[in-house]
Parts: sequence; structure tokens; C-alpha cells
Amino acid sequence: MPNNIAPATVYPYGPRHTPAMIADLSRRAFEYRLQVLDMVYERQSGHLGGSFSAAEILTALYFHHLRVNPQDPAWPERDRLLFSKGHACPMLYTVLAHRGFFPVEELRTFRALDSRLQGHPEPQKTPGVEIPAGPLGHGVAIACGMALAAAMKKASYRVYVVLGDGELNAGVIWEGALVAAKYRLDAVKVILDCNGVQQTGSTAAVMPTEPLADKWKAFGWHVLECHGHNMAQVLDALDAADELHGRPVVIIARTTKGKGVSFMENDCVWHGTPPNADQYRAARAELLEGANRWTLC
Amino acid sequence: MDPVLKKPFGPPVNMRRAYGEALVALGQSRPDLVVLSADVSNSDHSFMFEARFPDRFINVGIAEQALVDVAVGFAKCGRVPIANTFAFLFATRALEQVRTHLAYGRANVKLAGAYAGLSDSFDGPTHQSINDLAVMRSLPNLTVVVPADPVALDALLPQMCDMDGPVFFRLCRNEVPVVFGEGYRPTLGRAVQLRDGRDLTLIACGVMVAPALEAAESLASQGVQARVVEMHTLKPLDTDMVARCAEETGAIVTVEEHSIIGGLGGAVAEALAAARPAPLERVGIRDQFTESGPYADLLRKYGLAAPDIVQAAQTALRRKENLQRQR
Repeated sequence: MPNNIAPATVYPYGPRHTPAMIADLSRRAFEYRLQVLDMVYERQSGHLGGSFSAAEILTALYFHHLRVNPQDPAWPERDRLLFSKGHACPMLYTVLAHRGFFPVEELRTFRALDSRLQGHPEPQKTPGVEIPAGPLGHGVAIACGMALAAAMKKASYRVYVVLGDGELNAGVIWEGALVAAKYRLDAVKVILDCNGVQQTGSTAAVMPTEPLADKWKAFGWHVLECHGHNMAQVLDALDAADELHGRPVVIIARTTKGKGVSFMENDCVWHGTPPNADQYRAARAELLEGANRWTLC
Repeated sequence: MDPVLKKPFGPPVNMRRAYGEALVALGQSRPDLVVLSADVSNSDHSFMFEARFPDRFINVGIAEQALVDVAVGFAKCGRVPIANTFAFLFATRALEQVRTHLAYGRANVKLAGAYAGLSDSFDGPTHQSINDLAVMRSLPNLTVVVPADPVALDALLPQMCDMDGPVFFRLCRNEVPVVFGEGYRPTLGRAVQLRDGRDLTLIACGVMVAPALEAAESLASQGVQARVVEMHTLKPLDTDMVARCAEETGAIVTVEEHSIIGGLGGAVAEALAAARPAPLERVGIRDQFTESGPYADLLRKYGLAAPDIVQAAQTALRRKENLQRQR
């Protein structure tokens, strides 16, 4: 399968977001979707919808915002990224590979026997992965422990959590939210990939969680909102989160499940169903078009 | 050489207080130690650590899943966290966290299961913990430990914190006799022979070590020489010791304050089946819930007193003799 993804540029951390950088990262988010599509199609197994909704968020984090070192994944001062919505790991693996944590060629082994790329994230096998995930809801409370440990040793790393909105059904999320507020853990920055769809239907139908901003505020958090597929907005929100202190921060990123492939968007069928050959070809064409729109910028 | 056993047993000591003191002592020698609680610190006496090291004590509230997850975060950042709540809650409500992050993820978290067995006697079956060992023992990578008295706790707690890997240990709520003497030097994963005998072996853990020793005395007066082994580590099990006892004494009785399914009895049965089958009698809770009441009365009513052990030993001996006759 062709994968003509350009070598990944990492843009230095900071508030300067040039139009060229925004266009480049936006294009790459689509190229990573293409890669994920190939992985899931080849294995006929994996989760596309939630991977596609997290593309801009993960691209912005790993190629601009996070202080990480692929040559030293255990660098003690690194920012932590806890990928709590573990089923969407095809996108996490893709971004980690292109960031240099392991060879891009290895992505083809996703979910295969003897692979380092398990069906759900496993830190002991995959460089750059911080925690096991898959059973949902762990990210916030684990982030609290990491942020408390940082405070105790006066370390300055930040702890980012990428949460799904379906995950908010799990009570332990809110246990963690209370702990983060009690201890004023402003090193904890949650990005809520709010795609509005979970396994069997819309989040509104399965388990209504709105009004989300009010809920998080009531739990004692700073709340920011952004359009989760608008790279400029995602980058700005991440910067803004750094300026908020005294409380943990949640960025409610409004996204679309299956973003980039018209027939997959907002349809819960594409939570965990692999495409057939026709669907694969159609999806590939749409994602290529999505990437090309940014190439022309 | 100092004796391994205290003879006679020392006066009863409050196990919770002993735990609080052990935590404080460890906190002094280990600046990386962090203690977490799900709002039961005055039950398990981890409040003693909180009073001494308030900056290294975290109370997450009545939230056992967060308790384990927050501890995981600490462990991933180089701290040694000891998470505290009732034993049954680790084995039930927080089990998914334990399985995913401690067992599968190998997070270096220590779980202190308070109020183990029937020791929260008056609170009743909702609070008593009779299947925690079975649940925890089934998880890969987890070490499972049952300290028998304050001397054992003082010896084993530092070892549990020194090792790099997740541990579940359970503690009695009440006063326990001091069984061990100055010469008791346990090593995680290695059973301790407390008394020799050729006729059969009593393998006990936790607070059942004392009645097992009493039962051995009683059996001796009937002319039966029972070996007594303390199995403080249920996982990894000292299978060599189990096989040797089967070989040398030909019959085994396990004694635990836990269901006879899946705990010490289950572990020993598995080891015997794999290495050297021998008649095995299991003293423990017989696959049922118990009830509220005074601790000693409960232990008696549900078959966990010295006379029950003696009876089980006699049954095991009969089975051994029948086998010998058949041969």
C-alpha cells in the first residue's frame, strides 16, 4: 500500500503558529488518517471513527506542543500524554511512529501476532505509550497521580489526557475530576475528543452528558472550547491551557466521529467496523482529497 | 540462634496499630514512599503516616477506582505508592484498575487490603473479605502476601516495597497474638517451616498460623507429629516446599481465613496436582457468606479454630493411611 507521507517536521513549542505550519499540520492529520485506514483495512480489525476524530488533536500535541524525546521515551522531564480512549490507538501509533518513536514500517504490524502494536495500547511493548488503555475511564485519575508526583518533586512536566466523550459515562472519570480539583492540579490538561458518537449510538441517545462545560466547571475545572478539526483553534487552545493556573484544565474539542470520510461521519457503525474493499477505496479517495486541500494552501 | 517462634505466644497486639507504625518507620527510611487512602485511614491506621508525613499522604475520598489509578500515576513517576482500603474493595470494585494497570501494566503499586478475612466481624459479610486471595492470585504479575503478625509485617513490608512490581497484601483488623520471635527472617516467595513433623503438614497463612500451631500441639499429645509451614507468600507460591512436604509427610492440611476456593487451599491443590499428589484437606470458609458477630465466635462457628484443624488433620491422616493400605 502506498504511503507517500513526507518526513515529519516538528515545530518548536511556543505560541507562534504560522499559516504554513497550520497548513502543514492540517495536511498531515489527513495523511495520518490515510495511514490508519490502511492499517485497519489490512488487518480487517480496529477502530476508525474515534481515530479519525482525534487526528488534529494528536498531530498538534506531538508535532508542536508536547515536550517529548523519541530517542529517550522515558526522559523523566517529558510531558506525559495519557491516551485514555485506547481503542483509537491506530491514530496514536501512527503519530508516534512519525514522531520517531518507532519505525513507520512497523505500523503495518498493528494487531498482528508478535507485533509491538497491540489492539489496545501497552506501554511495555510500544515506545512512547504511557499507560495501558482500552477499558475506559483511567486517564484522569492516573494523570492526578502523575501531577501529584510532579508537584512533590517540583518537576515542571505537564500531564495531558486525551479522553473520549463516551468515556464520560464511566464514574471513575468523575472520581478523578474531583481529585484533580481538590489538589488544584493545574498540570493536568484534558483534551476531550467530543465526537458525539459512541459504540451503539449518539452520546446524546446512549447517555446524555451535556451540558459538558457546565459539568466540568461545577467540578472545579477551567474549561476551554475549540473546534477539534480546526488546527489553528486546537493549537491556540493548547497554548491557552498553559496559561491557566490553580485548577485543572479541560479543552472541550468539538469533533466529528469518522471525520474525513463522508459515509463514516457521525455513524456509530464505524466505531469498530473495518471497511470492505469498495469502502476502503472510497474512503481513501476522500482522505486524499482532504490532504490535498491543504497541499494547495 | 534466636528462636523463630515466640513460646508462649506474646500478648495480643493490635494489627492495625502495628501497620500504622510500620508505615511510619518505612516512611522515615524511604522518602519515595507515598500513602493513599479511600477515606478509611482511621480504620486501617494509615492516619499515623498522615500525621507524620502529611505531604506524602493523599485521600481521594470514597473512590476506590480512583485510589488505584492515582497510585498508578505515582508509580509511573518513580514513587512507591501504598494504596489503602478494605481488602474486598480491591478485589471487587477496583479490580479492573488492578488488573489493567498493576497486573497487565506492572505498575509498581502496593495494595494494602485492610479488614481481611472475617476480621471486620461485626460489620458483617458486606465488609468481610473471603475471596480476595483467590481473585488476586489469578492475576499474572501480582505478588500476593499475607503477613501473620506484627513481626511478619515489619519483616515483609520493606521487602514488598523494595521489589519492583505490584503487590497485594492483606491485614487483620484485630488484636493478634505475636507468633514470631527474633529469629524469624522471612523472604518473599519462600515458605517458613515453623515446626517439624513426619505424619502430615499443616500449611497456614495469616492469623491462622497461631491456631495451626496450637493444633499441632494438640495432635502431638495424640501421638501425631504435624509439621507446620507458614506460607506468607501465596504468589509466587513456594511449590518446592509444598512438594517436599507431600513427599516427606504424605498428607497436607491448608488453613486460611478465606474461602476454601482459590486461596491458599486452591494454590496448594494446584501445586500438589502438578508435582506430587497427596491427600489434602482445606480448612477455610466453605463457599458461603458468614454473618455479624464477635471475631472469635465467628471463626469458631465457621470452622476456623484449632479443633477444626485437628479434625481436618485426622481426616487427612485417615486418607493417607487408606492410600498406603491400597498400595
